[in-house]
Amino acid sequence: MALVKAFTQFVEPVDPPAVAVGESRRPPKIETVQMGFFYGTHQALRDISLKINERAVTALIGPSGCGKSTYLRSLNRMNDIIEGTRVTGSVMLDGEDIYAREVDVVSLRKRVGMVFQKSTPFPKSIFDNVSFGPRIAGLTNRAELTEIVEKSLQQAALWNEVKDRMRESAMALSGGQQQRLCIARALATSPEILLMDEPASALDPASTSRIEDLIFELKQNYTIVIVTHNMQQAARISEVTAFFYQGRLVEVGQTKQLFTNPTQKETEDYITGRFG
Amino acid sequence: MSLHGKIYERRLVWRHRIGLIFEWVCRIATFLSLGILAVLLFSIGRQAFGWLGWGFLTRSNSYEADQAGIMAGLIGSLWLVGLTAIMSVPLGVGAAVYLEEYAKPSRLTKFIQLNISNLAGVPSIVYGILGFTVFVRMFGLRDRPERFTCSLGFAQFSFELPLGRVVLSGACTLTLLSLPVVIIAAQEALRSVPPSLRHASLALGATKWQTVRYQVLPAALPGIMTGVILSLSRAIGETAPLAVLGAAAQLSFAPGRIHSIGDAVQHPSKILQAPFDQFTAIPLQIYGWINEPKAAFEHVAAAGIIVLLIVLLLMNGTAIFIRQRFQKKIRW
Amino acid sequence: MLFGCALLSVLTTVAIIFVLVTESLVGIPPHTAFFQDVSLSEFFFSTEWAPQFSGSQQHYGVMPLVCGTLLITGISGLIGLPAGLMIAIYLSEYASPRARSVCKPALEILAGVPTVVYGYFGLRFVTPYLIMPLFKSMGFSVYGFNALCGGIVVGIMIIPMVASLSEDVMRAVPNSLRESGYALGATKFDVSARIVVPSALSGILASFLLALSRSIGETMAVAICAGNSPNLTLNPFSSVQTMTAFIVNVMQGEVVAGSTLEKSLYAVALVLFVITLVMNLISQMVLSRYREVYQ
Repeated sequence: MALVKAFTQFVEPVDPPAVAVGESRRPPKIETVQMGFFYGTHQALRDISLKINERAVTALIGPSGCGKSTYLRSLNRMNDIIEGTRVTGSVMLDGEDIYAREVDVVSLRKRVGMVFQKSTPFPKSIFDNVSFGPRIAGLTNRAELTEIVEKSLQQAALWNEVKDRMRESAMALSGGQQQRLCIARALATSPEILLMDEPASALDPASTSRIEDLIFELKQNYTIVIVTHNMQQAARISEVTAFFYQGRLVEVGQTKQLFTNPTQKETEDYITGRFG
Repeated sequence: MSLHGKIYERRLVWRHRIGLIFEWVCRIATFLSLGILAVLLFSIGRQAFGWLGWGFLTRSNSYEADQAGIMAGLIGSLWLVGLTAIMSVPLGVGAAVYLEEYAKPSRLTKFIQLNISNLAGVPSIVYGILGFTVFVRMFGLRDRPERFTCSLGFAQFSFELPLGRVVLSGACTLTLLSLPVVIIAAQEALRSVPPSLRHASLALGATKWQTVRYQVLPAALPGIMTGVILSLSRAIGETAPLAVLGAAAQLSFAPGRIHSIGDAVQHPSKILQAPFDQFTAIPLQIYGWINEPKAAFEHVAAAGIIVLLIVLLLMNGTAIFIRQRFQKKIRW
Repeated sequence: MLFGCALLSVLTTVAIIFVLVTESLVGIPPHTAFFQDVSLSEFFFSTEWAPQFSGSQQHYGVMPLVCGTLLITGISGLIGLPAGLMIAIYLSEYASPRARSVCKPALEILAGVPTVVYGYFGLRFVTPYLIMPLFKSMGFSVYGFNALCGGIVVGIMIIPMVASLSEDVMRAVPNSLRESGYALGATKFDVSARIVVPSALSGILASFLLALSRSIGETMAVAICAGNSPNLTLNPFSSVQTMTAFIVNVMQGEVVAGSTLEKSLYAVALVLFVITLVMNLISQMVLSRYREVYQ
């Protein structure tokens, strides 16, 4: 039952999160140092140095094509799938370089979960969707799987809606439900970090606000990095916001400060709607 | 059981190992299949070695293995494929143009489409039975064939009804057989023409037919040709339907009773008679040689196969050439 | 006029059905149909097929032919389906673009080889160099013409078909599903075997069905390799006759027009047509529903 222990560890955090850039007492959960990223010869990211704090929401904003999604995807090495990509500099998770030779990308991705812009339920039952991660990790005990599925769905605020239809196909759920299902599926592998790539951009306002509430709940236990197009959303849910522009990290700061009093002109132009 | 720690790590090692084994099994399956192709070509090539020469191409069959030749079948196959092309291309392209450009999405259209894809899956031997009944026998409406003579002024030709086991019967059968494939290939080619081209033409005041005739068809032509050639190369290798028609395995003359090239030059009117004459084809001759009890004929069969494969290669090569050439020219 | 071209395909189907039905089920007077000469129960339940004899030795029990067909189709499925699926997985999930650009045309060549060539290959290579040494040494009595050889050769023939159809349906599985899998800590094997294949399952099964229907309808390779003796047996080393081999074998000789033997060809062809039609229809429907799911 080590698993349950592992869970309670997350469910009842020892330390309440009180994080602000620069004044964090803890070391950052993720830190990239002078990171660069190449698609073949095209450099998509240059010189990104950013610290991401534990149990907080960090929002990445910027116009499309600015590299924020590329940055997010390099935090769990999703870009490895694309041929001809290359990372320079370093990406540290708990002080260890995730691009080091001895790191197994499979177990890395189990620690760093991800939710995509478009909801991507597998064409399987709701139960099979959520239990997919634990199952491939080798968990076969039915009772434990059921326990994990229930807990994950509760965390994703979906349990009450689907508890009587676990055997039904996940494709039958509504768009917002599907996205929460994907969040539950990501939580089921008990990751430490949750990367979200515009998780609400394809949803209606009601579903969006449910997802936002959910993120607010989840940050008690998880480190969340979210890419968003929507500046109001970033302002509502994040502690720290980083502004990307043309492959560079222009400015990072506490959300309130960045939105009210940006130090860089490009940031100001972007948040006041002069471009992007 | 745990999602974390040592057990997970140890399990992960196994998962990677299984994954690697699986990848290699799939890879080996692929290369094994390609290996079969190599073994097939090599073993047949070795059997044919020394038996394939100019004489083999220009002689007709003989009871002596080393005197056997494929002339009758080669010319027969060319007649078949030529006539099949003349019939199936207009019919196939016409049907494809109708389905892609004119037909409204309705029950009937859907039915026709489903029907076409099903016809593509009907065993070729069933087409043989159909051709035998419809073209060779003509439903047995006449007990004895009646001969008709047709005069063109400079020459004349005669034919019988019912047609009997003649080139035209074979070509009609192969046309029905290859038509579904031709239609599907032509449809794909038409579908790959961007709608903007049609809109542009219609916006300039062209009628629907003018748009199809002067814009869409020329743009789709390379794709259509490629598809047509590929399906004709299927038809040329077909044995079963021709065998069911009752076509002879071995004949000593090409269609039109032409025994040699000189024959054709001296009596060109014989060529006119060819579609209404008996025939054999390369695959039929191969099948006949395979069934010969004399051991030496296995080499003749192998030589025949090599000829058939070369004909196929030439046709496919032409198709690829057209594809390459026009792909470069037209860019959307 | 164009509509007429499209209608020709419907007409072909109608003609096929008309020809097969009038010769086997319902005759047009004064001609009688096959099943007016031979009873349905004899055709489907008698276990002997001996149409070329006369009198009391003549038997029209289609079972041996169906059995021979199923035996060869079964063997070909055992070989062709897994091999084709594995190739499809390799091409769709593992192969580099370069490996694909080599393998796909090679498979197309394999698909384009005429069936009579496969028959020759089976007779002159598979039986003497593969089956004989392998199974004779194990003590089996192997005939020169045997069902196993026919099955193997037809199995090889359907590999390219299974591979290309299954690969198509697997590539239609959206990449976002693969990415989601990787993001949950899946290995490439997990993604291929537990996400892509299950997601494409209905399409893969449809391609299997199409391939098996092709096996059933295949003629020349089995007529050459598997012999022409209608035995009711499941022994892969014995000689069998398939429905198709029977048809082509009879038509090679002279058949008396209007004889029961000739009509029996249509009856067998009707059985063949119905079986393949049902299989094709099912797989067409499954495939078109599958395409709707992912579009």
